[in-house]
Amino acid sequence: MECSGNNHEGRRVMIDSIEKLADKLNLNPAAWQETSVEENELGWAPGHPIPEDPLRWGDSFPEGAKKTLQNTQMRRNLGYATTKIRTKRNTRVEEMPDWEELREAASNIKRNVAAHQVELLEQFEENVAARGGIVHWARDGAEANKIAYEIVASKGVDEVVKVKSMATQEINFNEYLGARGIQAWETDLAEMIVQLSDDMPSHIVVPAIHRNRAEVKAIFEARMGDAPEGMGNEPRELAMAARAHLRKKFLSAKVAISGANLGVADSGTLSVFESEGNGRMCLTLPDTLITVMGIEKIVPSYDDIEVFSQLLPRSATGERMNPYTSFWTGVTPDDGPQEFHLILLDNGRTNVLADPVGREALKCIRCGACMNICPVYQHVGGHAYNSVYPGPIGAILTPQLIGAFDHHDPAASLPFASSLCGACYDACPVKIDIPTILVHLRHRYTEANRGGIPSGWDIGMKASSKVMSSGELMDTAGKAMPAGNFVAGPDHKIGHIPLPVVKNWTFVRDVPAPPRQNFRSWWKEREAAGEPSAQAAPASSVGPATERTTSTEGQAQ
Amino acid sequence: MKVALFATCIGDVMFPQAPQATVHLLERLGCEVVFPESQACCGQMHVNTGYYPEALPIIRNHVDAFRPALDGEWDAIVAPSGSCVGSLRHQAALVAEDQGDMPLARAAAKLAERTFDLPELLVYEMGLEDVGAYFPHRVTYHTTCHSLRVAREGDAPLRLLRAVDGIDYVPLPDADICCGFGGTFSLKNPETSSSMLTDKMKNILSTDAEILVAGDYSCIMNIAGGLQRIRSGIRSMHLAEVLAGTKEQPWNAPATTTKVGV
Repeated sequence: MECSGNNHEGRRVMIDSIEKLADKLNLNPAAWQETSVEENELGWAPGHPIPEDPLRWGDSFPEGAKKTLQNTQMRRNLGYATTKIRTKRNTRVEEMPDWEELREAASNIKRNVAAHQVELLEQFEENVAARGGIVHWARDGAEANKIAYEIVASKGVDEVVKVKSMATQEINFNEYLGARGIQAWETDLAEMIVQLSDDMPSHIVVPAIHRNRAEVKAIFEARMGDAPEGMGNEPRELAMAARAHLRKKFLSAKVAISGANLGVADSGTLSVFESEGNGRMCLTLPDTLITVMGIEKIVPSYDDIEVFSQLLPRSATGERMNPYTSFWTGVTPDDGPQEFHLILLDNGRTNVLADPVGREALKCIRCGACMNICPVYQHVGGHAYNSVYPGPIGAILTPQLIGAFDHHDPAASLPFASSLCGACYDACPVKIDIPTILVHLRHRYTEANRGGIPSGWDIGMKASSKVMSSGELMDTAGKAMPAGNFVAGPDHKIGHIPLPVVKNWTFVRDVPAPPRQNFRSWWKEREAAGEPSAQAAPASSVGPATERTTSTEGQAQ
Repeated sequence: MKVALFATCIGDVMFPQAPQATVHLLERLGCEVVFPESQACCGQMHVNTGYYPEALPIIRNHVDAFRPALDGEWDAIVAPSGSCVGSLRHQAALVAEDQGDMPLARAAAKLAERTFDLPELLVYEMGLEDVGAYFPHRVTYHTTCHSLRVAREGDAPLRLLRAVDGIDYVPLPDADICCGFGGTFSLKNPETSSSMLTDKMKNILSTDAEILVAGDYSCIMNIAGGLQRIRSGIRSMHLAEVLAGTKEQPWNAPATTTKVGV
């Protein structure tokens, strides 16, 4: 029919002109689907590409969150896993009669460490060396990587096995070795999943928390090389496949790399707390062991282990005791590695130490409890933070480690990535007051960015400071509010307003019409009418004060 | 008992029904309520956004306005907000100290000891749980983060709510999880904030309540704004509004205020 032919022609012309315009504007809808294409090819949602700087991946927090919030599978996996760990943790904490005392003790031990960092490190170095260990000092990741690489290279090997470690994660250790022809194998199951899928960890204890078993199965089948035929997606089957795969690595590796959960100054002892036994294999089988330890991991005395070994497993995985806890002190002849190197890593930790408020972040024992409890983390996942340290602790640690306070620095957005709900502080086994430090770092951010062209926030905060520090000006403001009724209209509500900042509120929320009378005016009117019923009736209903329940679980219903 | 009312800035200009209900309730219980007129705001928004120097005059104004409490002129200071009370307890002195004003820091700390959120005043200072209120509606209660984890009020609001005559109180699943407001967090991280709000609304809807009650109008502004946008048919109210009326003398907010969520 003629008319439909015309319509057809008309549509073609229209699409042509839209495409031309899009071309001019450099818009390419096909490119926006890159992730979907990649996902179809892989069989799992592509993770985050390996960044050049593990502490600053490129995006700001709001940009990162915008991306991760669209990953519905990740949100479901994360919601399930964090809730599960959190519930287990709560059970194991509630059964402890002295939990608060333990937290207090741990906090004090770690404060003592911060106050005597240098002396304790020197004592530690001396004791490690006295027991046959070789101690190296690394100011930053580059130095640590170089030291470790030279040791590995001197052994003439082309692969090493690794215990899960945040310190090596923080310095792109595997990538550094990989670029020099040495393959570092992650032997922790979740780290292995992350490594096989060219991904980044999204949690400091459970790095593959963003994956479910179907994704893990797909990753194993595509990337492991020796996944058994007909492997299902039952956790046991997947774990057995990984076990068989890793066993070969353990038996052939000559060099192992580890981190450390604790370094004991008065004995030179190091320790690793883990669940899978892969750590024990790495720490005992190879001839050479290289441990990279952040300088804040030190504790003064062997007795202090008692405190942390109660707090750490309960907080991290909700277990009374983790399945494998290994301790080693230097070298033991004919038993375990015969060459032991310890690399003490600063990499920004002394920056943190320099801030009297922010240094509390160095108390962190990397349990991840703050992540599991955090409603922000639970929604956006670890990758949104664009650092290997995500969640509440990451939001205070990352910017301090790298000194990110300039508003151009994407990591400077991290202290703002919190609603300050306070759940992290209550969950923290070493009592890091994360909300207070977040606010302190926001303050540092503001001060660091003063002097240039003021931002909208600068102007707004300055102006509102004047109004909000005067009862009279608040009255003036309150009396101007009813004007908002004209915007609200007869429905008494203000809908979406596409203005900067305002749209961030109104895109999902209505705003009620402002009151036609502010409180002050109401109060004055009432006083003028002689209404105040301050004819204080005898307070007969007032009884004795009731005791306050200070439990943070007080209002859980 | 002579009580000085801190209306809070948001209660003064945006949701006067909260301080109005507080006045009505306390007077009904026999308290004398005064309103120091030079009061304005506690400074929390400026502190939490990182603007300490701008927060300082706000904190100073607050301390000056309520200073008579230090001389025993009033028995207590009350605010219908766990968040503002939490900030006065935890931040005012800290910021004044950071900014080098030690006398202000000391005064702020002393004042904080006499400052209470409404449920704290009623339960812990006045020894009440049943305030004689009557409220025959199905309600659920959002436990605000700052009342729980900064002001550390414990279960005072729930004790009051449960004792209300005629109430059909339904516990809110995950009541103690943040609604996503977080002050300027909601503007700086709108995507994250709104996804947290969605979870909160999902739980509220699951209770089939007619009214969502909370102890802080800032959280209510966030939650009610979302509930209204989706045309949920759920109203939102401050705890003071629920506690204000009795069976004989119901309390209605003045018509100049806006019903929230409708």
